[in-house]
Amino acid sequence: MSRRPYVRKIERNWWLSQPRYVSYMLRESTCLFIALYSALLTDGLIRLSQGQEAWDSYVAAISSPPGVVFQVICLGFAVIHSVTWFNVTPKAMPLALKGEPVPPKVIVGAHYALWAAVSLVVLIAAGV
Amino acid sequence: MAKSSKPILWLPFAAGGMAAAMITPALLLVTGLLVPLGLMHLPYDKIAGFAHNPIGKLILLGILALPALHAAHRMRTTAHDLGLGAGFGVKLVCYGSAWLMIILSVVALLRI
Amino acid sequence: MSETITLEVLRYNPEADTEPHFQTYTVPYQDDWVVLDALNHVKDHLDSTLSYRWSCHMAVCGSCGMMINGEPKLGCHAFLRDYKGTVIKIEPLDHFPIERDLVIVQDSFMEKLSSVKPYIIADQPKPISEGEYLQTPGQLKLFKQYTQCINCLLCYAACPQTALNEDFVGPAALALAHRYNLDSRDCGKDERAEVVASNEGIWECTFVGACSEVCPKHVDPAAAIQQTKISASIDWFKALLLPGGKK
Repeated sequence: MSRRPYVRKIERNWWLSQPRYVSYMLRESTCLFIALYSALLTDGLIRLSQGQEAWDSYVAAISSPPGVVFQVICLGFAVIHSVTWFNVTPKAMPLALKGEPVPPKVIVGAHYALWAAVSLVVLIAAGV
Repeated sequence: MAKSSKPILWLPFAAGGMAAAMITPALLLVTGLLVPLGLMHLPYDKIAGFAHNPIGKLILLGILALPALHAAHRMRTTAHDLGLGAGFGVKLVCYGSAWLMIILSVVALLRI
Repeated sequence: MSETITLEVLRYNPEADTEPHFQTYTVPYQDDWVVLDALNHVKDHLDSTLSYRWSCHMAVCGSCGMMINGEPKLGCHAFLRDYKGTVIKIEPLDHFPIERDLVIVQDSFMEKLSSVKPYIIADQPKPISEGEYLQTPGQLKLFKQYTQCINCLLCYAACPQTALNEDFVGPAALALAHRYNLDSRDCGKDERAEVVASNEGIWECTFVGACSEVCPKHVDPAAAIQQTKISASIDWFKALLLPGGKK
């Protein structure tokens, strides 16, 4: 009796085959927009170092319609990143208080609370 | 099989992921909506003044570098998922772009 | 007239076929039947050549893993009533070579499982005269979840990284390593790290999380791997700062 195992090859678009893989890829794709925004911020720092005029034209550029559209898209993906990141924190760092496991909702909730606090700090720092 | 040195890439990914999750959306709200709508202003004197301060420089570098390093690692693994391979070219583009941004930022910050 | 349901089963005979192909069977529908019952009916009454693994019929042995409408499931855990009115597509578990029909070649998994040293590794051997290990319920609670794995391989079938890299140690093996690393009687974390913290170990994982979604015993291998990433990173960092320390 001869063995001849058959190997099934994975397809390049494997991630389209199931909803869970599509959401995984959506989550992963947020990194592209985080990177692009970092590039935008880098440009900002460079212009800041070049003086008032350069900085003012940078602010004008990020305030322009294409600048706003790009950043709103980035904002959407950034929020997807935040939500998906916070949701998995209980798995990566399970906590126990006095021998009892802390409920996952509490761990996630704490992250959202911190997110609100940090966001407030950013808004106040930028506005002051 | 031997113990991998992946942590040198994964630790910035994890730290950057938390930084990006916490800080980036609010920052995008400021630069992408509040400033364009005129509800907030980023005058040169105020921002440059903040950047004069060494702590200010570190903060500005942090909010740029950490998410960039997070994104770099994720782009590299996603490229592998999409069948673009895990070769030197992919790593160069992913990590190289992040480090280029960081170096340019450091140079810019030191000039302020 | 009694109800029936249709199955489309992937067949592969290594001695006769160059490629797998689907074969259709119509079996009686019963409300309390699972897919495994339907397959047993095929084998008993329609086509005795159909090959598949099964044993306990109660989701504890892990033998009857298969793809049911594209989802990794235990044949004994998938009720016909959930597929009523549809054709049930049955294939062998993804990401493994097909031996014959629904039987997969799982040798690679057996090697990966033993490579993580899934047994208590003690610092000092403890003779019987010294008595038993004592463990509190609290200490047991830490790792109990990860002891529930039945090696059904649904997690490997769900994980895209096992398909993209056949050397990836994989969810079940890494969850089992975590079970021992968390056990208060064990001192083998460093020894296991050679495999667990290698490039083919935890670092191949991108936290898709599909493994934990399909696990019939709620082991949560994804959590095990992420916790191991943090622990391995801390160990790596400590070793970097204190090079003279324990290797």
